Amino acid sequence: MLLTRFMHSDRGGSILLGLLLLAAILVPLLNLAVPESSPLHLPTYTVTLMGKYLCYALLALALDLVWGYCGILSLGHGAFFALGGYAMGMHLMRQVGDRGVYGNPELPDFMVFLNWQELPWYWYGFDMFWFAVLMVLLIPGLLAFVFGWFAFRSRVTGVYLSIMTQALTFALMLAFFRNEMGFGGNNGLTDFKDILGFSLQADSTRIGLFLASVIALAGGYLACRFIVNSKFGRVIVAIRDAETRTRFVGYQVERYKLWLFVFSAVLAGIAGALYVPQVGIINPGEFAPLNSIELAIWVAVGGRGTLYGAAAGALLVNYAKTYLTAAMPEVWLFALGALFVLVTILLPKGIIGLLQRRREGSA
Amino acid sequence: MKSLDHLRETMRRDRVFDFMMPRIAFDPDLDTRHGPILYLEDVTVSFDGFKALNGLTLYIDDGELRCIIGANGAGKTTMMDVITGKTRPDSGSVYFGQRIDLLRRSETDIAQGGIGRKFQKPTVFESHSVYENLELAMASNKDVWPTLFARLSGAERDRIDEVLQTIGLGAESRRPAGLLSHGQKQWLEIGMLLMQNPRVLLVDEPVAGMTGQEAERTAELLTSLAGEHSVVVVEHDMEFVRSIARKVTVLHEGSVLAEGSMTEVQSDTRVIEVYLGE
Ligand SMILES: Nc1ncnc2c1ncn2[C@@H]1O[C@H](COP(=O)(O)OP(=O)(O)OP(=O)(O)O)[C@@H](O)[C@H]1O
Ligand SMILES: [Mg+2]
Repeated sequence: MLLTRFMHSDRGGSILLGLLLLAAILVPLLNLAVPESSPLHLPTYTVTLMGKYLCYALLALALDLVWGYCGILSLGHGAFFALGGYAMGMHLMRQVGDRGVYGNPELPDFMVFLNWQELPWYWYGFDMFWFAVLMVLLIPGLLAFVFGWFAFRSRVTGVYLSIMTQALTFALMLAFFRNEMGFGGNNGLTDFKDILGFSLQADSTRIGLFLASVIALAGGYLACRFIVNSKFGRVIVAIRDAETRTRFVGYQVERYKLWLFVFSAVLAGIAGALYVPQVGIINPGEFAPLNSIELAIWVAVGGRGTLYGAAAGALLVNYAKTYLTAAMPEVWLFALGALFVLVTILLPKGIIGLLQRRREGSA
Repeated sequence: MKSLDHLRETMRRDRVFDFMMPRIAFDPDLDTRHGPILYLEDVTVSFDGFKALNGLTLYIDDGELRCIIGANGAGKTTMMDVITGKTRPDSGSVYFGQRIDLLRRSETDIAQGGIGRKFQKPTVFESHSVYENLELAMASNKDVWPTLFARLSGAERDRIDEVLQTIGLGAESRRPAGLLSHGQKQWLEIGMLLMQNPRVLLVDEPVAGMTGQEAERTAELLTSLAGEHSVVVVEHDMEFVRSIARKVTVLHEGSVLAEGSMTEVQSDTRVIEVYLGE
C-alpha cells in the first residue's frame, strides 16, 4: 500500500512495473508450461534475449539518473557494466572447476593455456558466490568513487567530463585486452557451466535469470524513483540547472554528484552481472567506447529525465537492433546515427516527450 | 619569496599551528559586540594585473542597511565575490564578526554560516516550483544522507508560507520558477535568501529590469528586513538608492571614494566629479 501511494503520480512508472509483472507471469508460463508444438510456446532463445534487454534497460536507468537528473553525461557507463560482468564471469569461471578442456581444478582454461602455475591473487574468493556478488557491487562503485572524487572535486563538467569517461572506458578496454592482466585477454571469459549449481543450459535456469532481471529492473526503478522524489532528488536537479547557485544555497555539490555517480555505477554493475550468465560470455569488447555512446542514445531516444523513458528507449532500440542486424546488418550503424540526429533535433524529450505532448494536445 | 613567508609563519612559536586550531562555529561564536558584523580590511584583488579591488576597507554594522554605488566595473560584484568565498583576494583580511576569518572558509560554509547572497543575474531553480525553491534554500542539515530522507516538518512548512507572504508570491507557490516574471524571480531569490536565516544579506542589483511599481515593493521589502538582518545593497538606480538609503558607500576603481548619508555623498566634490557629475 506504501507502493500504491508512492507510485500514485507516476503513470509511466506504473505502466513499466505493470508490464514487468505481466512478463514475470507470462514468460515462464509460455516457455515452461506451453508445449513446444503449440504456436504460443515461447522459445528459450527469446526468453534469454528478453532478459538481455532488461539488463540493458537497467543500465539505461542508471545513466538516466546521472544524466537526465544531474546533467552528468557519462560516456563511460559501459565500463561499470563490464566490470560487474567480469566479476560475475570470474565466479562462473571458477564454478567450471575441472570440467574445462584441460581439466585443471584450480585454473581456468586460459590460464593453463598461458602456462600459469597458480591462480593470481585477485582471483581468490571468486569461487564463493557471496564474494562475487560483493565484488559486483564494490568494484564498479569503487572505481566510480575514485574517478568521481577527482573529477568532481576539480569541478570538471560538461563535455570535458564526457571525454574523460570515454578515456576511462577506453583505457580499461586496452588493459583487459592484454593476456597478462589475467582476465582472458581478447577472448574474455566464456564456456560457463552452471550458476549456484543450476546448469546454464537448462530452460528453468534461463527462466530464473530472466526473473532475476525483472526483479532487478523493478527494484532499480523503485530505488531511482525514491531518490528523485526525495529532497536529494530536488537538489541534484538544482545542480543540473544552476550548479553555482546550489553551492551558494549551501549544498556540497561535489558530494551529491559523487554519491549519485557511485550509486549509478553500482546499478550498472548489477546489470552487467545479470547480463553475463544470460549471454554466456564477457570480453573486453564490452568496454568499447562506442557501447557507452550507444547507451546514451537509448536514453536520449526514450526521453531523459523520466527514468521509465530510459528503460523504454533501451528496449525499443535494442529490439530494432536485433531485428535490423539480422535483416540488413550493414544498415544498423547508419540507422543508429540517423536515429540519434533525429531525436536530438526533433524530439529533445524523446519518445516519452512526444507521447506527453500528444496527450496534452488531445486533452 | 612566498614559500619563505610560509615557512616563517609555520615556525612562529607564539601560536599553535593553524591546522591545530579549533574551528570556530559560525553561529554561537559570532561576535559583533564592537558594532560591525563584516570587516573588510585592505582587500586587493587583481585579474591579470588589473586591480578590481584596490586596498578596499569597509565595515558593515550589525543590522544596518547599506547601499553601495559606483560606476560599472568599480568592483562591487567582486567585493561580494570576496565576502562569499567565490574569489580569493591577493591580500587583505575579511572577517565575519570579530573572530571568523572568511578567507579560510569554503563557499558552502559561508553560505550555511549566515551570509546569503543574491546574484546580479537572478538565478532560481527554473524547473522547480516556487515552493520547492524555498524548500531547497531553507536552513537545515544539507548533508547527503539527511537530505535523502528529509521530510518537511510543520514548523518548516509554516516558515515557507511566511516567506511566501513576505515576498508576495503566495499565489504562485506551485508554479515552476522558470515561468515567473523577471521581478518575481528577483523576489523569489530574496525569499530564498531569507529561508537561510542569514545574518547578512548581500543583494546585487535587486531592481534591475523592474517596473517602477515593482521597485517600490522591493524597496519596502528590503527596508523591512534591515534591523533583524544586515542588508548590503548594490544598485545603479539612484532613485531607488535615495528611497532606501541610510548610509551610502561610493566605490571607485576598487576602493572607497566616499561614505555617508545620501546628501553628504551627493555633495562630495570627488563623487560629483567621477560619478554623479557626468
Ligand atoms: N573573473 C574576472 N576576470 C577578469 N576580470 C574580471 C573578473 N571579474 C571581474 N573582472 C573585472 O573587474 C572589474 C570589476 O568588476 P565588477 O564585476 O566587480 O564590477 P561591478 O562594480 O560589479 O560593475 P557592474 O556595475 O557592471 O556590475 C571589471 O573591470 C571587470 O571587468
Ligand atoms: Mg556587478
